Amino acid sequence: MLNVSGLHLWRGDRHVLRGVSFTANAGQCVLLTGRNGAGKTTLLRAIAGLLDPEEGQVQWRGASARSTRDEFHSELAYLGHEPPLKGDLTGRENLRYLVGIRRTLSADEIDAALTRTGARDFADRAVRTLSAGQRRRVALAGVLLSGALLWLLDEPTTNLDADGQQLVARLIEEQLARSGIVVAAVHHTLSLGAGEVVPLELEAA
Amino acid sequence: MRTGSLGVAQLVIARDLRLAFRKPSQLLQPLMFFMIVATLFPLTLTPEMSRLRDAAPGVLWIGALLSSLLALESLFREDAQDGTLEQFALSGQSLTWMLFAKTCTHWLLTGLPLALSTPIVAVPLGVPTEALWSVVASVALGSFALSLIGAISAGLTLGARRGGVLLSLLTLPLAVPILVFGADATHQAIIGGAIGPPLRMLGAIAVLGVTLAPLAAAAAVRIGLE
Amino acid sequence: MSWAWFHRFASPPWVYGFATRWTPWFGGAALLVMLWALYGGLILAPPDYQQKDAFRIVYIHAPSATLSMAVYATMALAAAVGLIWRMKVAHAVAAACAPIGAWFTVATLGTGMLWGKPMWGAYWVWDPRLTSELVLLFLYFGYMGLRAGIEDPQKADKASAMLAIVGVVNLPIIHYSVTWWNSLHQKPTRLLGEADMVWAMVWPLLLMFLAFFLFFAAVVLIRLRAELLRRERSASWIREVLK
Repeated sequence: MLNVSGLHLWRGDRHVLRGVSFTANAGQCVLLTGRNGAGKTTLLRAIAGLLDPEEGQVQWRGASARSTRDEFHSELAYLGHEPPLKGDLTGRENLRYLVGIRRTLSADEIDAALTRTGARDFADRAVRTLSAGQRRRVALAGVLLSGALLWLLDEPTTNLDADGQQLVARLIEEQLARSGIVVAAVHHTLSLGAGEVVPLELEAA
Repeated sequence: MRTGSLGVAQLVIARDLRLAFRKPSQLLQPLMFFMIVATLFPLTLTPEMSRLRDAAPGVLWIGALLSSLLALESLFREDAQDGTLEQFALSGQSLTWMLFAKTCTHWLLTGLPLALSTPIVAVPLGVPTEALWSVVASVALGSFALSLIGAISAGLTLGARRGGVLLSLLTLPLAVPILVFGADATHQAIIGGAIGPPLRMLGAIAVLGVTLAPLAAAAAVRIGLE
Repeated sequence: MSWAWFHRFASPPWVYGFATRWTPWFGGAALLVMLWALYGGLILAPPDYQQKDAFRIVYIHAPSATLSMAVYATMALAAAVGLIWRMKVAHAVAAACAPIGAWFTVATLGTGMLWGKPMWGAYWVWDPRLTSELVLLFLYFGYMGLRAGIEDPQKADKASAMLAIVGVVNLPIIHYSVTWWNSLHQKPTRLLGEADMVWAMVWPLLLMFLAFFLFFAAVVLIRLRAELLRRERSASWIREVLK
């Protein structure tokens, strides 16, 4: 369903993505590995449509992701390095706005997602007051809440303790079991109990 | 179920209002700036009321312009830095619509209070009381148009070096028509002349801004987020 | 319509070659036309009965003014092509145009000021055309400032392209508002260039317009070559060219 072919991208002088190609179907998790600067973040952003590749195509459900941008985005959840949360709002409020603009949410759904990622206890404190790991748990609840079919995760286990890393693995497994697709950039391999893993290693320029 | 346009706008507005009122002191800063700047003019020109009255349109509008430019900083910058603006662009909803909602909210929090506070500055500058309501109306309209146009430069300068100064540098030439017609409306109000024509031109610019600027701002923000 | 013709312009090496071949022709033509026009304008044409010889500055002033706006329009058009068809070369053309246009604007303002002194006794008057030129200069500065302020070259190209397009849409509005403003406050003044011109004065002026356009073509091609060299420096065709 997600098809990336011949992606080339330059950032200034650096030829960051040099002909990246892969296909991911329902129930598959693409694990992006590579050293720092290899282009993992660039690739994720290019797939999401935040960056424009010079050459190559990203196709979703057989159509160009760029020409069906809004439909593509409505099925996509992107989580970057930093959790996209407003410091002055509580976790719960953040989720209400972050995901609420995508689909109608009930308070119960938000609660359920927060509970699943272990963030319920601190969901009503201003995000400013939370630790990095706690923020990530809130952000993960957002990804879960979005109900998106395709997850693009940039180093999702950053700042998480051992429990948290297990949580991420379980969440990905559950997403794959729902016939979702995950593309995750990771530093150390993520061991998934279930679901098909497609490894993709990027080399630094 | 996918959120409809009305719902999206409601959420965006509610979010920005809630954020603004968590830090209410920030709302006062552009106003304070406006008043200080307006006070500096008599100090550098003359305390004579008749001369000040002549200069009043310029003082009011330049003060309002500079204060609005400062306030434009807060339109996108924080959201761009913490990644929430990016999430707007990735939501699958119309970024144009969301940015229009954001810009309107921003104006409600900065431009409108500015317009409402102009009497405080206008009276000491010798503006007659009968003229005050049209001063408020013209500054309200002009600051709204400025917010719409400023959203474009705000989007383009995201992540640029010296973004704040660049934002002002880019927006000022584009603000010339607003300044010209706004100041003329104020001038006409003071001398009791015809405020209709300049006010209508200001309105036309605002309408043009509403139709075209949010589209350009959305394109600018997508470029700025790269 | 053959799109192959259009697509050639998307290829940096082809455009580089085109620019190299045509620059001398444009430059040579510009020089010849300008010499002829200046001979006609400075020597052959009679002095204006009111301004005497001072009117002759129109031969620099008017073409500079026209070019300053034509270059902005060219810049915006190239930027739009670059943005819509994603052509690198178009962005390079826009970047090459900007400083040239800015200099034409400075020349307009400078010659305007030099003309103002004998005409109105003042180096500067806030007449609508000069004021619009000044705002145009600020638009150029804004464009160049934005380019300089963005690190990533592709992002700088796109952002400045958007700015150029927004600017070109605003230019008529700005000019209209400045004219309005001027009509409110100015006593009627003799506008620049309103000398009663006889044909002997006019034909050199027309030639000067042509010369300036040719000059712009030559200079923009030179700058374009430099832009392409800089942008494509790691590409293989560069090594071929520089042998």
